Amino acid sequence: MHPTSHDFKANAHRAMRNEALQGALATLKKGFRAKRGIAVERLPEFEALRDAGRDMKNHVLAHLDHYLELFEAKVLAQGGHVHWARDAEEARRIVLDICRASNARTVTKGKSMVAEEIGLNAYLEKNGVRPVETDLGEYIIQLRDEPPSHIIAPAIHLNRGHVAQAFVKAHPQYPADRPLGEARELLDEAREVLRESFVTADLGITGANMMIAETGATIIVTNEGNGDLTQTLPRVHVVLTSIEKVVPTMEDATTVLRLLARSATGQEFAAYTTFSAGPRRAEDLDGPSEFHVVLLDNGRSNMLGGAFHDMLRCIRCAACINHCPIYGAIGGHAYGWVYPGPMGSVLTPALIGLEEAHDLPNASTLCGRCEAVCPMHIPLPRMLRHWREREFERHLQPGRVRLALKGWSWLVRHPTLYRLYTMAAVATLGMLGKRRGRFTSMPLAGGWTNTRDLPAPSARRGFMDQWATGRRR
Amino acid sequence: MSEKPKRVALFVTCLVDMFRPEIGFAAVKLLEDAGCIVEAPAGQTCCGQPAYNSGDRADATAIARHNIALLAGFDYVVLPSGSCAGMIAKHYPLLFEDDPEMAGKARALAQRTFELTSFLVDVLGVEAVAGASHLGKVTYHDSCSGLRELGVKTQPRKLLGSVAGLTVSELAAPEECCGFGGTFCVKYPEISDRMVSDKAADATATGAAMVLGGDLGCLMNIAGKLKRQGSPIAVRHVAEVLAGGALVAPIGESGEE
Repeated sequence: MHPTSHDFKANAHRAMRNEALQGALATLKKGFRAKRGIAVERLPEFEALRDAGRDMKNHVLAHLDHYLELFEAKVLAQGGHVHWARDAEEARRIVLDICRASNARTVTKGKSMVAEEIGLNAYLEKNGVRPVETDLGEYIIQLRDEPPSHIIAPAIHLNRGHVAQAFVKAHPQYPADRPLGEARELLDEAREVLRESFVTADLGITGANMMIAETGATIIVTNEGNGDLTQTLPRVHVVLTSIEKVVPTMEDATTVLRLLARSATGQEFAAYTTFSAGPRRAEDLDGPSEFHVVLLDNGRSNMLGGAFHDMLRCIRCAACINHCPIYGAIGGHAYGWVYPGPMGSVLTPALIGLEEAHDLPNASTLCGRCEAVCPMHIPLPRMLRHWREREFERHLQPGRVRLALKGWSWLVRHPTLYRLYTMAAVATLGMLGKRRGRFTSMPLAGGWTNTRDLPAPSARRGFMDQWATGRRR
Repeated sequence: MSEKPKRVALFVTCLVDMFRPEIGFAAVKLLEDAGCIVEAPAGQTCCGQPAYNSGDRADATAIARHNIALLAGFDYVVLPSGSCAGMIAKHYPLLFEDDPEMAGKARALAQRTFELTSFLVDVLGVEAVAGASHLGKVTYHDSCSGLRELGVKTQPRKLLGSVAGLTVSELAAPEECCGFGGTFCVKYPEISDRMVSDKAADATATGAAMVLGGDLGCLMNIAGKLKRQGSPIAVRHVAEVLAGGALVAPIGESGEE
């Protein structure tokens, strides 16, 4: 996917004028946030689980090579194949090669953010393989040819009208005037169309929420059951996932599962938690005859041991996104790439470069709510600040902003001059603003005064000035 | 109190110093009424958040060094701001993680540094204050840093609960950021405006006549929006109301209007 993160401000401007999006965001805030709150409330050991999850992930990251090799050995022993992909290009190539080797023309897909990250659909189409998204949200945005706007609810920015429109256009086999006003009607139609793809697909691609090293199994967590059909019905199952998703044991996986759905949607458990481990065995009733795991790095191993190491604990639950006031104002597309919200603002610069994504770490008030709800205790504000430090080091901010900051920082360390400067400023502003108590416009402060009044100093002399001349109360 | 009175350094913060000195004097009164000896060290300027949050770690570290020296030797350091208190108590130690000589000093200062209402309640055990009487229904905005870095939530409400003729009517989303965010509000004014508009709407919906909070930056943002909308809702720092006495005009308003 071609990033538009460099256009963040223009994207955000458009998003805030998009009424359908704004309506959807209001619903999201009420829904996901409230449900998570209730789910957490109902689990007394939630905090202890968060700590356990963090510690387990830290252990894995400290021994990532070990657990990945264990996982690989298990998959091989069960008759599966493991492919290592350094970057997006390699991962796309590997998937296409598997498609070609198995003569696959139609491919069903479960929801996979890694597939979005590597731009898999466009690549497969270009090379004569037809991918069909089977997660309802992903299917809708595939029809509309747009990226997901949320990592667990990819079509959250759309309303029923949008979906009906997309279906009328994409499904000419049905009468154009059929009723599509109700969710049920849309769902039934999607189901009918997708059923056809499920049974005719030659190959199924899913992501993985986790890989278990001790069993060689991968796990997907879904609410629609589409993942199960994607991975059981076709001849070939390809799991496309990234290296940091490995956990040591089944029990560790359970820790993550108990945190994941609660943090994401407020469910205790998702409707489907599906394990797959290797191809169909002789005694199995169903399953694919070939099983592949593609493990993507794409910059992740470079994050190990560095300032963004902790980000690799992320389990993609979207709690930070759901609670982010910035995401709540602008939605996901404004961020301009695959991962929106706080986790995206940390991850995106690491994966596509700080030059492209320089706005993202700055577009945050550092309010800290993301860290407060993160099931893996990822210090997201701290890492957003790390990115700001890199930007400052590399002079990526506008020169005048830098100059103003440097000037203030210098003044702050020279209290006598600071006092003279602030005394003059307070006296002037205090005098000018005395009549109304505020300013409706102010040179160089249009960012503030275009939409808000600027309160004037309440007195003509500041606190330290008055204190120095003896006032105490 | 039989023990020795506590020597408290009041760090008023740059915004309070310049825009609303009454908050500083209200803090002095509250601290003195609770038996503290209050000093406002003369060399104080700014805690360094603008540099720190803009990625200028070198300047932030230099400012922190200045303040660590300035504030050594007091029993406590108290600030009428959650974000500036959080800067000293939570972020100064991070700035010196790799500097063994300064790390101990930064941690020692951090342990002695408190936001005003949490110092009154958690450290001094203040149960009640005189307060400004008969203000009726007010609402309270929990500023992000105070709330999430320092756990300031119940303390201001506890003290407000002791003020006669005052009730707190909670916002629907008291923990939602107001969109100030320091330089954020001028770097991303449109997003910031959306956030503060939501906050203003939330405050208006409570039916309260006054918005209170513990951080002047957020309060200037909220007051600025409400006043632009022509709202009659008054905005004040919680210390002004807790300290009682004569109140000056609310934030962004003038007695002469």
